[in-house]
Amino acid sequence: MKPAPFIYHDPATPEEAVALLSQHEDAKVLAGGQSLMPMLNMRFVLPDHVIDLNGVAGISGVVDSGSTLEIGAMTRQRDLVRDPAVNAKIPIMPEALEHVGHFQTRNRGTIGGSLCHLDPSAELPCLMAAYDAVLSAHGPDGVRDIPFTEWPLAYMIPTLGPDELLTKITVPYWSANHGYGFVEFARRHGDFALIAVAALLETDGDTILQASISIGGAGVRPVRLAEAEAALVGGNIGADAFKAAAEVARGIDAMSDAYVSSAYRQRLAATLVERALIKAGERAKGSA
Amino acid sequence: MGVRYLGAEVQRMEDPRLLAGHGRYVDDITMEGMLHAAFLRAPMAHAKIRSIDSSRATELLGVHRVITHADLGAKYSHRMNQLYPAPVIEQDKTQYPLAKDEVCYVGETVAVVVADSRAIAEDALALIEVDYEALPAVVNIRTALDDDAPLAHADLSSNLMGKMRSSFGDIEDSFEKADHVFSAAFMQHRGGCHSMETRGVIARDDPWGDGLTLWTSAQSPYLIRRALATWLDESEERVRVIAPDVGGGFGPKAGFYPEEIAISLAARIMKCPVKWIEDRREHFVSTTTQRDQHWDLEVACTAEGKILGLRGKVTHENGAYVPYGILLPNSSLTPLPGAYSIPAIDVSVDIVFTNTVPNSPVRGAGRPCGIYAVERMVQVVSRELGIDPAEVRRRNYVRSDQMPYETGAKLRGGAPCIYDSGDYEALLEKALDLSDYNSFKERQAAARAEGRYLGIGVSSCIEDTGMGPYEGTTVRVESSGKVAVRTGAASQGQGHHTMIAMIVAGNLGVKPEDILFESADTAKFSHGIGTIGSRVAANVGPSAHDAASQVREKALKLAAEVLEASEADLDIEDGLVRVNGAPDLSISLGELAVKLTPMSAMRVPTGFDPVLEATSFDGSSGAPIACGSNVAEVEVDPGTGEVKVLRYSVAHDCGVMINPMVVHGQIVGGVVHGIGNALFERMIYDDQGQPLTMNYGEYLLPLASEMPRVDVTHMETPSPLNSLGVKGAGEGGTIPAAAAIVAAIENALEEFSVEIDYYPVDPQYLTELIDKGKVQAAE
Amino acid sequence: MADTRDIEVTVNGESHAANVETRTSLGDFLRHGLGLTGTHMGCEHGVCGACTVMVDGEAVRSCLMLAVQTNGHEVTTVEGLAEDDGTLSPLQEAFWKHHGLQCGFCTPGMLTSLTAFLRDNPDPSERDVREAISGNICRCTGYQGIVDAALDVAKTMQKGS
Repeated sequence: MKPAPFIYHDPATPEEAVALLSQHEDAKVLAGGQSLMPMLNMRFVLPDHVIDLNGVAGISGVVDSGSTLEIGAMTRQRDLVRDPAVNAKIPIMPEALEHVGHFQTRNRGTIGGSLCHLDPSAELPCLMAAYDAVLSAHGPDGVRDIPFTEWPLAYMIPTLGPDELLTKITVPYWSANHGYGFVEFARRHGDFALIAVAALLETDGDTILQASISIGGAGVRPVRLAEAEAALVGGNIGADAFKAAAEVARGIDAMSDAYVSSAYRQRLAATLVERALIKAGERAKGSA
Repeated sequence: MGVRYLGAEVQRMEDPRLLAGHGRYVDDITMEGMLHAAFLRAPMAHAKIRSIDSSRATELLGVHRVITHADLGAKYSHRMNQLYPAPVIEQDKTQYPLAKDEVCYVGETVAVVVADSRAIAEDALALIEVDYEALPAVVNIRTALDDDAPLAHADLSSNLMGKMRSSFGDIEDSFEKADHVFSAAFMQHRGGCHSMETRGVIARDDPWGDGLTLWTSAQSPYLIRRALATWLDESEERVRVIAPDVGGGFGPKAGFYPEEIAISLAARIMKCPVKWIEDRREHFVSTTTQRDQHWDLEVACTAEGKILGLRGKVTHENGAYVPYGILLPNSSLTPLPGAYSIPAIDVSVDIVFTNTVPNSPVRGAGRPCGIYAVERMVQVVSRELGIDPAEVRRRNYVRSDQMPYETGAKLRGGAPCIYDSGDYEALLEKALDLSDYNSFKERQAAARAEGRYLGIGVSSCIEDTGMGPYEGTTVRVESSGKVAVRTGAASQGQGHHTMIAMIVAGNLGVKPEDILFESADTAKFSHGIGTIGSRVAANVGPSAHDAASQVREKALKLAAEVLEASEADLDIEDGLVRVNGAPDLSISLGELAVKLTPMSAMRVPTGFDPVLEATSFDGSSGAPIACGSNVAEVEVDPGTGEVKVLRYSVAHDCGVMINPMVVHGQIVGGVVHGIGNALFERMIYDDQGQPLTMNYGEYLLPLASEMPRVDVTHMETPSPLNSLGVKGAGEGGTIPAAAAIVAAIENALEEFSVEIDYYPVDPQYLTELIDKGKVQAAE
Repeated sequence: MADTRDIEVTVNGESHAANVETRTSLGDFLRHGLGLTGTHMGCEHGVCGACTVMVDGEAVRSCLMLAVQTNGHEVTTVEGLAEDDGTLSPLQEAFWKHHGLQCGFCTPGMLTSLTAFLRDNPDPSERDVREAISGNICRCTGYQGIVDAALDVAKTMQKGS
């Protein structure tokens, strides 16, 4: 299980990286390597060129703009877990990252790598969907912003041109008195989720002002439960409301594969949406 | 006697080297001029090979040779030998080292590339062009014997490899006089080897020197030597097989593989050493696994739950070839009737071919399946009659006053299966105490009040261990006073070095660290059998004990002459023979050794054979039967179907324990393997025979995060069958685990009337059973 | 022609200059380039954890890094855990004492992972330790001896501090 031969590049700037991408037809971008390297080792991908971003300056780290966190694409998952701004403004992110692989893979794995790899069961895309994050792609003609809803194009394929590079993720954070819950069901700790749910609730103490429910693992892209979110807003935190949301989740489109059926994914979605909302509700009450 | 180490928790002699990163596994060995190999493997489960064109691969820079069946010539054109011939094999099929004109499972070896590096060899694989004609594949054992089932090999008359039967007592009578007859049918799936070290081979062929030497990650080097020599039609003396440090075996490394022949031939053709290290994807498709068994059973019992008879039919998956004869179905039948006194049994097995990787024993071999079947039927009796599972067992155990107890079943060699010693009921009580079984109902009710579903499951097992014929040991004192100990038995992490050093050192009056231990090299000991079936302690233990005793006797006799003292007054301590009461009079074992290995023209003392050495093949006079009772406590989440094992308690009896720490490690590791079988490990194939679980994200091995702490307690009922009173311990953790877990899950979900007919129990399957139970309850 | 690079990397305190093929993994480079065969390749797809080493002090899979990526960095392998005179580290000692290894193949990855983990989490619960090694597969021990070893070392470190 050794990679097929390739030519290795280690650009120092995003511009250099983009230039290399434009120059070489069959190139793969190497971020943290926790998904690409296994695929190289197994020869599932056989690129002629590998462009390593680990030496690229200026595309890692977290900046608080006042209403958003701007996260460099090469920020490692470990650094997100440890980052004070992330913990203060997007506390659901460390909770979600606990489920992402293992501490050794989080030491290398990056947020951008995960979003570009776009495994349907991955936690970070599910979370970015919950936040309506905006992804900035650096191309030959400059930078363009892509709302997360437009990011997943097809199964494990993002909306990214062959000569574009994801450099930044902008996450609009919620007010201090929001509650959150990230729950998932995986067979074992660190496995990809069969279903993952991110739930965010903002309240004024009683009434729900804003709700976000994102389900990962059901299909090729995370699903936002818009109908259930709308039903929650204006109502109170309560078991009945959460159960109703769970019933909406039970009706989502879900895929079958060799391991589990769509019916089981739907059943899980219902269970986990309710649990995520209960968690979010409790935290919302606690913080309000 | 010197210091006795038996029963002491001696820290393992193996460990410091391994902890420091200085192990020597096959892939750690490197040789001057060594080339590297990679195998081209069949991409489909069943196909004819029309042609192979390796010209482009051969042209690649760094590639030395591409070898196919056609390149081997007439001398090497035959199939591999059957290692375990048996009359019940009606249709035998063994592989060619490299496929000739038909491939019968995904992963079958088709060609081997020899190159400067493994990476280049893999580059070349993509350039070999094979023209296959796809043939239909048979995968499902439930339909493999149907008239219209595809055949696993083009020239089979049916997919039936053979039939077996275990039958004793008056089964008709048992069922006629029974108050109740209950039935159950279930599928058992066991996964693969997944030793953390994959397989690997280095071959070096030096026809004018050492002959053919093989370093291979194996459990049975002598079996490989014989098989390889036979296949090559050469003398065993010219074939040397060495198993260096081996990173886990678990059964599948006990066989003889096509790669071992192919790499030997590659080294012969290339005239240089050739290394092949199996990668993990190859491991999934080419290392033998266990897979499916379907059981359909009836149990006859009295109104009080006393079991009178068990009958039924088993379908056993064989895979595409028969590398192990009928070992697996055989060891599935031997453990019937489990720990119970069941007067009549009649169970037959159909062994069927499928187009999947050949099947082999995996930790416990067929025993976990046989025990699971018995325990399921005991569970059915308990449930149907409303008798507590522990109580049903008490009413059926073979009692200690019945020992030795002949069950009526036959061991693999045809000898009657006789339970030699043990107190199964007392063992159960220990397990129940350890698990707080009596207060479980309160725990369950308290949890239920919080909406949580707890369940408890009990299972008991016996294990035939230590099967013969022998595993010899040579003990020799060096002039330095150090003691060289050699045995044929190979170790894959079981701590043999420590165990044998303890026995020899204790006997001989030296320290365990004075033992120089060598094993698993066919050039260093005349013959060995293999590390399988929990057999090493009960075979090497007694032979090491006997050889050390002989050396001790010889040393004392010689010392008595030298020191002019009576043997009865002598003792050996710390390598020194001393005269009791005369502290100044002593002679070291090293000096005695020199007297028996004198220089040229000197004499060996009269009445003594040369060399302070002895070899023994003393073993066990039958198969010591170990036993265990396990209690699993689980929590099931009906929302997801997840099963958490909260507690796991083991009471185990493997006779006298040589090193309790090592036994504990074997039990705990075995239990976790068994929990993996019960809940996680599933090797999935599609209906065309394509394996679908091909990496460790898809094939789920048990991880630390899901495994419970395993509490273990022991009884030590000595085996009367060997000098140390020991029984095997390697598989006793695995064998009963699935039955305990499955019973616990059913107990947790009693209100949904869940009856499990398949393991591994995955959460989707469990939610389906729960939902079905809810619907039925509502109706 | 194979794509190669010259690199300089410090391994277990010793600096090495080497010319590596760029497709070579760090694990293969350590094993076959430097002869440090204590690092074991168990799955080569990043799940089993046997190949774990520390790069700049952080535990990482050496099958999921290219050797070329360690240019200018520091790598610690299992061979670098004991003291120079061969004295085992407290964690290695604890593995020995608690029977935390059988075949020894997963052991180097367990040791490097737990060395980094315990440095950052000096007072872990059993749950914490089990989650920390959930990315390291052991087929022999059932994990119990490993968990006990880690907890024992943590306890000793707490007492000592």
